[in-house]
Amino acid sequence: MLVLIVGAGRVGSAVARSALAAGHEVSVLDDDPLSHERLDAGMDTTWEEAGGRFTVGTALEVEALIAAGIEEADVFIASTNGDNTNLTISQVAQRRFGVDRVIVRVMDPARSDWYREQGLNTICPTKHAIEMFNASLGLTA
Amino acid sequence: MYVVIVGGGKVGLNLARELLRSNHEVTLVDQNRATYLRLEQELEHVVQYGDGTELWVLERAGIGRADLVVAVTGDDEDNILICQVAKEKYLCERIIARCNNPRNLQHFRLLNIMPAVSATDLILNLIEHEVPGHGLVHLLDLPDEQLEIIEVEVTPGAPAEGRRIDEIELPDGSLIISVLPAGGGGFVPKPDTVVNAGDEVLVVLDPGLEDSITSQFASNGTHG
Repeated sequence: MLVLIVGAGRVGSAVARSALAAGHEVSVLDDDPLSHERLDAGMDTTWEEAGGRFTVGTALEVEALIAAGIEEADVFIASTNGDNTNLTISQVAQRRFGVDRVIVRVMDPARSDWYREQGLNTICPTKHAIEMFNASLGLTA
Repeated sequence: MYVVIVGGGKVGLNLARELLRSNHEVTLVDQNRATYLRLEQELEHVVQYGDGTELWVLERAGIGRADLVVAVTGDDEDNILICQVAKEKYLCERIIARCNNPRNLQHFRLLNIMPAVSATDLILNLIEHEVPGHGLVHLLDLPDEQLEIIEVEVTPGAPAEGRRIDEIELPDGSLIISVLPAGGGGFVPKPDTVVNAGDEVLVVLDPGLEDSITSQFASNGTHG
């Protein structure tokens, strides 16, 4: 199974390492070459030696997505630091490239809910944070 | 008409001014605090501060009753999402999006965010029009109908020069609809109309036939 992760921040790089450790083929796309360091962190070998792929490119550039393997990808994860970028590229992955499973991080709870209703598999860390704060304060939603 | 404009740069500000001058109701939204404060000096309550991609900001701006939503921020993904929620969530009938990078136009099309206006493409079209000898000008593209209309100049030595309309070898799926003589004017040609060097012809065609058409009107190596 090929997992394509766009955005190698804290979340993207950690999920990339987990997926690789679980035996999946993993390709990461990020516009910052330095984000590669996050993939290597805490590993005995480099990301590539461990079998991972890394492409430098902008998420909205179709050539970059193709170079990173979107045409063969079974799973597409949009985890850049921009909600609007994530929502746009995940719809490109779904509608243009027909990727089976598309998972998109959306920090804004309202749009996370609405796009979920539209058929996108959204994950909203903000909502989880709110729930956890509320729970630790003994509040119910 | 009530218009919500997102993005208070030069385009958004001047659009707001013009629409207000024509007595339309306008709300202009910008997410940059300094820009907002500057715009507010001039436009007062017309301007609202906030991220126009967030639903509550759009709702506060009254998107539910907007006749037209115009997204002209400097970020293409922002413009795409503003127009997408305007159309699909708030059922706004008319949208206009600005496309900053023409390479992103394919994303606007994919997500049905049309019309998308690209300044680069507008200027390129003008260059095609203004620069002589460029060969071919796209006058009209109708992607849904799979038709386009182009204008080509007949260059000296081209296969079509000095020939009658019914003698010019055009591919199936194309038709000469007008001849614009070098001396001015223009008319719908008859089969026996003769085409001369310097004339321009308008051709309606199926997309993709451009090359086989320009090869009839341009002498070798001068087109493209």
